Amino acid sequence: MQLVCPAGNLPALKRAVDEGADAVYFGFRNATNARQFAGLNFSDRRARQGIDYARGRGRRVFCAINTYPQPDGWAQWTRAVDQAAELGVDALILADMGLLEYAARRHPELPRHLSVQGSATSHQALRFYHDHFGIQRAVLPRVLSITQVRDLAKQSPVELEVFAFGSLCIMAEGRCYLSSYLTGESPNTRGVCSPAAHVRWEQTPAGLESRLGGVLIDRYGEEERAGYPTLCKGRFDVAGETYHAIEEPTSLNTLELLPELDELGISAVKIEGRQRSPAYVSRVAGIWRQALDRLARDPARFRPDPSWLAGLGELSEGATTTLGAYERRWK
Amino acid sequence: MTDTPLQLSLGPVLFYWTREDYAAFYREAADWPVEAVTLGESVCSRRRDMKLDDWLGIGRELAQGGKRVTLASQTLIESEADLRDLRKLCDNGEFVVEANDQSALQFLTAAGLPFVGGAALNLYNRQAIALLARAGLQAWQAPVEMSREALATLLDDCRTQGVTLPCEVFAYGHLPLAWSSRCFTARRHQRPKDRCRFVCQKYPEGLALRSQEAREVFTLNGIQTLSGACQDLRHALPDMQALGVATARLSPRARGMAEIVAAFDAARHGRLPAPDPLALVDATLCDGYWHGRPGMDHHPETAP
Repeated sequence: MQLVCPAGNLPALKRAVDEGADAVYFGFRNATNARQFAGLNFSDRRARQGIDYARGRGRRVFCAINTYPQPDGWAQWTRAVDQAAELGVDALILADMGLLEYAARRHPELPRHLSVQGSATSHQALRFYHDHFGIQRAVLPRVLSITQVRDLAKQSPVELEVFAFGSLCIMAEGRCYLSSYLTGESPNTRGVCSPAAHVRWEQTPAGLESRLGGVLIDRYGEEERAGYPTLCKGRFDVAGETYHAIEEPTSLNTLELLPELDELGISAVKIEGRQRSPAYVSRVAGIWRQALDRLARDPARFRPDPSWLAGLGELSEGATTTLGAYERRWK
Repeated sequence: MTDTPLQLSLGPVLFYWTREDYAAFYREAADWPVEAVTLGESVCSRRRDMKLDDWLGIGRELAQGGKRVTLASQTLIESEADLRDLRKLCDNGEFVVEANDQSALQFLTAAGLPFVGGAALNLYNRQAIALLARAGLQAWQAPVEMSREALATLLDDCRTQGVTLPCEVFAYGHLPLAWSSRCFTARRHQRPKDRCRFVCQKYPEGLALRSQEAREVFTLNGIQTLSGACQDLRHALPDMQALGVATARLSPRARGMAEIVAAFDAARHGRLPAPDPLALVDATLCDGYWHGRPGMDHHPETAP
């Protein structure tokens, strides 16, 4: 199984490669990729340097162009595809059907991966993308149980990549419009979720309050650890009870599922987090490299090392991790 | 730009009602001034009160009364059982299917069947619409978050390039915003999804999720999350028609739907109420997406 790591900038890319990523993924500095953060992502020149660095060490580079081309911006998205092709990336990560078709026609030899934003949750959906756009690999949304991944993997016409570690989207990716409902900007249109420009923090007599688009997402007591106000991870009132009504602040961690994922023939595990620091990427990549190496040596007796779990725990949202939808009882 | 009158359609019931309630609702709807009705369970495969045959029965009655009937596919397909049900739906042999994910697209295009493209297919640009048109697309829905300006550009581009399929816009109701494998209604009742005991049937218009300041943020509907406010684009109907939108979709609610349909019917004939004497139903309204703003916003000219 390959290890695919996030590269929000050149230092993160280098650290990921140094720590043993088999491939890194990056996006350009505009709305064409699903992590559009200030100061993040790559110019043409930086991308070239990153590709040289990774290639020189035998690793691969994928380019994420995984937002949906807006009606007045088609040319910006096709330019990104052409630019990635000229740079000589190893694969494009795409979501939009129109753009998939464009890439398949214009750059037929350049492998196409279906982004998680393409929302393919069944082998029939994968077949659609495969038959129409010749995708070689797909990244699965984080909504399937391990049993469902098993059923899907048996009949998948393409390689599969699954999320291994990082922020947990609990809605079917690509079909979540919650962010634009509160802020006007969403993953599909702008490559952002709960964007920082719409966040307000305020210390009030009732506690520290976090707001998104003016809506109170959470309120923290003095003893509580405050988290970023991602809209689905706040505390809300439903029928008279205030709780994490959608999801707790927690990160996905599938370390213990590695042998099973391997046995299912999953081609790659993906680390989320192009918005994270180079130090974060470096530590996560290092732990997963060790885990994959141990798995390769002796899959039958693989057990996650307690120090890996502790290390990943420290790097997690709310310092807790979950198997998310992979585990049936989470639902 | 066009003189074809704007049509009205009823979207699928997004909530989980009882068999009796669905039957009563569609008996009434047969007499409402809507040209089209989309039927079926598009949210959760565990909701099994209505079988495909039940939907087909309702569909036949509505079709005999002159309505254009479409069957909606489930938006989030997760299991082999989901795929078996989806295949049956696509093979129904009578009604066109609204494809709400790529699994449905695969069944329908492989069988050479015509289909409608649902809002969650994410058709944001003419190129995506055109390629599906070559595969059997007959009509398409704009993504719920698309603004009036973006839609105007898109429709213009489609017209210029000869892609002239009818476009439908979500004009009334709580907006479908997200789907998860987790059931949030069962979570509120501390039940695992596998043993939900169909608790969402207790909430025929969903379960309000409010901020700690009592602002309605979202509406929980099983695995689906809807907007907290109810989108009302009544005032935008003349504009929609001028842009070349073919159909305005009204999303069913349990109470007061006859009045809502009547109000939209009046609005499409140019009889708009003065801003706003009386709300149609007791719900916070929004129209932000249409105006290029956060979806929850309400434009001052149409706000009460």
